[in-house]
Amino acid sequence: MGELVDWFIAPFEYAFMQRALASLIIVSVVGSVVGTFVVHKGLAASGSGLAHATLGGVAIAFVNGASVALGALLAALAVALGIGYVRGSSRISYDTAIAIFYVSAFSFGVLVISRRSSYTPDLISFVFGDILGVSQADLLGELVLAVVVVGFVLAFYREMVMVAYDPAMAAAAGVRARFFEYALLVLIALSVVVALQAIGIVLVTAMLIIPPATASLLARRIPRIIGISFVLSVGASLVGLYASFHADLAASPAVVIAAMVPFAVTLAATTRRGPRLPAAVAD
Amino acid sequence: MRRAGDRPETNVTADRRLQHGHGSHGPAGREDPASQRVAAPLDGAAHARPPLALEVSGLWAGYPGNPPAIEDVSLSVAEGQMVGLVGPNGAGKSTLIRSILGMLRPLDGEVRVFGRPVHETRRDVAYTPQAEEIDWDFPVSVMDVVLMGRWTRVRAFRPWSRRDRELAMGALERVHLADLAGRQVGELSGGQRRRVLIARSIARGARLLLLDEPLAGLDAAVEHDVLGILDDLTHEGCSIVLATHDLSCVASCCDEACCLNRRVQGYGPPENVLTEEVLSRTFDRHLITVRDGVVAVDDGRMNRGLEQDAGAG
Repeated sequence: MGELVDWFIAPFEYAFMQRALASLIIVSVVGSVVGTFVVHKGLAASGSGLAHATLGGVAIAFVNGASVALGALLAALAVALGIGYVRGSSRISYDTAIAIFYVSAFSFGVLVISRRSSYTPDLISFVFGDILGVSQADLLGELVLAVVVVGFVLAFYREMVMVAYDPAMAAAAGVRARFFEYALLVLIALSVVVALQAIGIVLVTAMLIIPPATASLLARRIPRIIGISFVLSVGASLVGLYASFHADLAASPAVVIAAMVPFAVTLAATTRRGPRLPAAVAD
Repeated sequence: MRRAGDRPETNVTADRRLQHGHGSHGPAGREDPASQRVAAPLDGAAHARPPLALEVSGLWAGYPGNPPAIEDVSLSVAEGQMVGLVGPNGAGKSTLIRSILGMLRPLDGEVRVFGRPVHETRRDVAYTPQAEEIDWDFPVSVMDVVLMGRWTRVRAFRPWSRRDRELAMGALERVHLADLAGRQVGELSGGQRRRVLIARSIARGARLLLLDEPLAGLDAAVEHDVLGILDDLTHEGCSIVLATHDLSCVASCCDEACCLNRRVQGYGPPENVLTEEVLSRTFDRHLITVRDGVVAVDDGRMNRGLEQDAGAG
């Protein structure tokens, strides 16, 4: 019994493991709140694109010795606004706009990096994530961004829901629909940056999408979806960290796989039962 | 749906409406708008009568980079009136409604809602877009949707009050959906979804409802229910503009018909407007189909209209 308790307690006697867990909890909050909108508005591609686009900013900041997180933030914000602009005002479709922006920004990042002799370990940690290397300062930065993101959603929850559900009616009632469409993209960008250090560019979208998607199979109201998603996300974080500590696995992909398993199980369970939703009541 | 003490600043208007009998729905009520249409909106006459619910004059509007979708459109809607907006696809019905709401900046012309620019009267106006513009899969409940009707800019940041919830539940009771308040909206049938949207307009306490094809895709029985709800609202003084492809509904339920095909092709009481001549101008080559539909009108108003027209010609 003591051994079992020790198995659970031991990893978190290390400060770097505590920071990793704290970081993943912050990511879980932001991922669940923003991810619920991402999943239900079909913006998964935006999340993925914004994540990849950060490499441009990361590379420039890294080469010039500036804050890498700041570089990522500025690149993500620029691309989010670019996507919003192209979507609102030209004939290029939304996913095409995302693809063009992020491939360009990613290529630019690779170009900048390629002028140096080799990829350095620091940059690789941004691409694939380095949960165990999260510093106190990283944690603080994540916390600040998370407060901004969650605070915005709390303040403008009704407006965001109205614009998501019926943008035309929202605009007619006086809600600034365009502003909130941009705002959602910016929130996705901020969320990506929050999760970047921990999860990495390639995998960051997973935390925005898999837990809310699983939760959406289990609930039909936004607050409940966010709650379930948060629980699933923290659970996956713990499983991933234990796997990393005890089985010496890479932590980031372990977290993602740990989030994937409940999704697959839920999907299978809800599909086998047939149509989950009660049929519409006859008029 | 407003109750005493709800919004004191509108009581004056309500009283005037009572004095002048504009809430009435009878033939006398229908004569008034004709005379009002001639009067200037803001001169001394405006003090003698309540302002029109909606007055559109010489409106040109469209989307950037395209020719104007509507040209020189004028129409007016008195309190308690239901106006049917008829026209083929692409005729500019949605454009007209959106420019009334200020979602499109007019190229020329003017829109007045209760005598004022629409951005000053938003709380008196409710809008229901076409059902396909709405994301029915979004995880909100029926109650959540009806509460959206209560949103106004001055009340941003404040949570829904008990009163908001009472009004929303009352609106749901009126459309007979109170027992489904907790459902996710996507679980509802087509007719129930339209009723939810009407309940959202009712909960707003709006006095002018702009409905973009609220009847599209409904079977006859459900359409009858929806029209019944709308008819009750007009009897309470609500004014309704209803874009629809259903000519028989316009003939039987609307006080006035507005045939639109970029320009207004005909405007007035349905029996005067829904004539072969006007409809052929409005619908172009679809005339035959239209006449088949028109003949099916059950109260005979439409047939009379056509006969009068034939007799005159």
